[in-house]
Amino acid sequence: MGRKLLTEHINVEGIETFDVYRKHGGYASVEKALKTMTPEEVVEEVKTSGLRGRGGAGFPTGMKWSFLAKPEGKPRYLVCNADESEPGTFKDRYLMEKLPHLLVEGMITSSYALGCRTSYIYIRGELMYILRILEKAIAEAYANGFLGENILGSGYSLDLHVHPGGGAYICGEETALLESLEGKRGNPRNKPPFPAVWGLYGSPTVVNNVESIATVPWIVNNTAAEYAKIGVGRSTGTKLISAGGNINKPGVYEIEMGITVEEFIYSEEYCGGIWKGRDMKAVIAGGSSVPILPKDLILKTAAGEDRLMTYESLSDGGFATGTMLGSGGFFVMDDQTCIVRHTWTLARFYHHESCGQCSPCREGTGWLEKVLHRIEYGHGHMHDIDLLVSVAKQIEGNTICPLGDAAAWPVAAAVRHFREEFEWHVKHPEQATSPGAVFNKNASVLA
Amino acid sequence: MVKITFDGIEVEVEEGTTILNAARKIGGEVVPPAMCYYTPLKGSGGKCRACLVKVAAGSVKDPRPMPKLVASCITPVQDGMVVENTTNPDVLAARKGVVEMLLINHPLDCPICDQAGECDLQNFAYEHGTSGTRYEEERRTFDKIDIGPLIQLHMTRCILCYRCVYTADQITEKRVHGVLGRGDAAEIGTYIENVIDNEFSGNVIDVCPVGALTDKTFRFKNRVWFTKPLDAHRDCPKCSGKVVLWMRGNDVLRVTGRKDQYGEVQEFICNECRFDHKDPQDWTIEGPRHIDQRSVIATNHYELPVLNVPVVPNLPGSTEEDLKSTPFNLGRQV
Repeated sequence: MGRKLLTEHINVEGIETFDVYRKHGGYASVEKALKTMTPEEVVEEVKTSGLRGRGGAGFPTGMKWSFLAKPEGKPRYLVCNADESEPGTFKDRYLMEKLPHLLVEGMITSSYALGCRTSYIYIRGELMYILRILEKAIAEAYANGFLGENILGSGYSLDLHVHPGGGAYICGEETALLESLEGKRGNPRNKPPFPAVWGLYGSPTVVNNVESIATVPWIVNNTAAEYAKIGVGRSTGTKLISAGGNINKPGVYEIEMGITVEEFIYSEEYCGGIWKGRDMKAVIAGGSSVPILPKDLILKTAAGEDRLMTYESLSDGGFATGTMLGSGGFFVMDDQTCIVRHTWTLARFYHHESCGQCSPCREGTGWLEKVLHRIEYGHGHMHDIDLLVSVAKQIEGNTICPLGDAAAWPVAAAVRHFREEFEWHVKHPEQATSPGAVFNKNASVLA
Repeated sequence: MVKITFDGIEVEVEEGTTILNAARKIGGEVVPPAMCYYTPLKGSGGKCRACLVKVAAGSVKDPRPMPKLVASCITPVQDGMVVENTTNPDVLAARKGVVEMLLINHPLDCPICDQAGECDLQNFAYEHGTSGTRYEEERRTFDKIDIGPLIQLHMTRCILCYRCVYTADQITEKRVHGVLGRGDAAEIGTYIENVIDNEFSGNVIDVCPVGALTDKTFRFKNRVWFTKPLDAHRDCPKCSGKVVLWMRGNDVLRVTGRKDQYGEVQEFICNECRFDHKDPQDWTIEGPRHIDQRSVIATNHYELPVLNVPVVPNLPGSTEEDLKSTPFNLGRQV
């Protein structure tokens, strides 16, 4: 059994209430930080721990904190990005639903470190029931002196608010989130300036993912050195993985960084193997925006080494033979999955969710979707396959925010690794469009 | 002052200048195209991605190249920055890509579009695009929205540059229109059909880089390259009153703000000047308008036009000598 830092008490009855949470060591990090540590010491601890942002990009959290501008006379803000909307990723929702006080505790400790007087949790609009859970937890924290004026007599004061978004995927992008939080249309901002300099209401702001903030209490309580002992290399600590798709045990798992992908998929502790004993065809390892990998490349790197559940190992080989850990949305596809249809579904999502601000994303995502639709429904041409790659390349890296990349990478990777299947769809339109028909590389025709 | 190298040409500019404006200081062919950036409009730029350039060296302090192409209109220069525009194949490929993206849903109705001849997208496509298209799908269309008797909104042509939204936001007190919807379904609109009727609303026509917002009082009356643009002014209590009259014979067909060589208005004008004064007697004519933009209006259409309107010498900012030295041999009466 791997160590559980975040989810150790997740199944304790009543853990969502202040009293039970407190009995199990809750809010200890607030006491420790506010009474015995300076804000700089807390930042240093997070830096030393090697914690990397759990929202997807994997940027070192402590370093992000240290970038925060500290102009006199201007407030600083901490905003928790709880707009979890990457298809395949549902770990933050689980954490907030089961352990709301862990997030509140993390917000208090982190806000103290960053010198914030007001902090926000920006939550996806669809998750109204979790918003209410969080509001209850915040009210309990106020009632017990952990929020508000002069917390625990330390002289430090903090107000914490939960703010629901409208439910747009783009509002998970940090600058679009800030625009939305300010009451405007959720369009990403041009960068620079980055939020650390010009964030919420024009003030220095840190935007962190739920899981990142929820990890801070453990680091403060148990020291950065202990945290850094877990994991491999620059991938320290544990990671929540939301596993879905054709596996026997879909769910949210806390893993120690460094277990093998094979162990994660096939062991009883985690996914429990492929559904109905089928063969695995492909995996998306870090949420739908990261490149898909076929079975042989997700289990082993191109050099033939075991692929590990770490940032470095999953990205080994770059996009040619690797992928990304991303947000930890681990999606497994069995040999009955049609990659073309699957890719079209993703393209449809990104087309729908593009904010429409910049031309390559606004026009390109729709174009990708239409070409994929054409191929899937038996009207494609061979040149459409190269067209997909070309259009994806025109979007990638040329947009204001990473949504363009998120739309382009899955398509480019699907063609890169499953080109034969796309060609089969074009060459055999009747078979490709017949119900239940799926290309099987080994059987050459249909599964 | 900081020094940057742009396509091998060294230029010194003030700190805080954007890469695009540094290139404009050099001028000519090296200047990146800009569809959404508009100097008078605060916050504009960064959206169309037409002005993407490669930063091959960030600065003297940090000479590393920037990993992605950057939008030159919003990226400030750093001392020692090395920028590649026309000399970088990735930039040219990306630009070609942007033209293609902008044109997949933009109708090629230039023959009937009032913006033809002074359309930024037309020029951009001509200079950076390809002659064919790879887009086979049905194109996006929008229902027509009536926004009043003065401005025609043709949403199907819109490239969502946001310029008109910024204009309405920044120079008028009552903004009634904005961007609705998302992605390629996003549209400029008034939410509930409404008339855009404030005193400066006509400026959205001038800032629109394509034919999405055109002047209803000029609509289908003429092609711009058949008209003669003249600088003129009048005493106006609301605006500077400095305009360009677009004339055919003695008729004022259209009134617009004065634009610089990059198509940006120098001063916004009020609706009264724009729409209500179509009599040449209402205006003091200063002389011919020099159009520097690379478009058909500026190409060989000014030779020996005959003007029958009085040209008054010694106007502020325009002397008789100036008039004589214009490149256009006008048959003017003084």
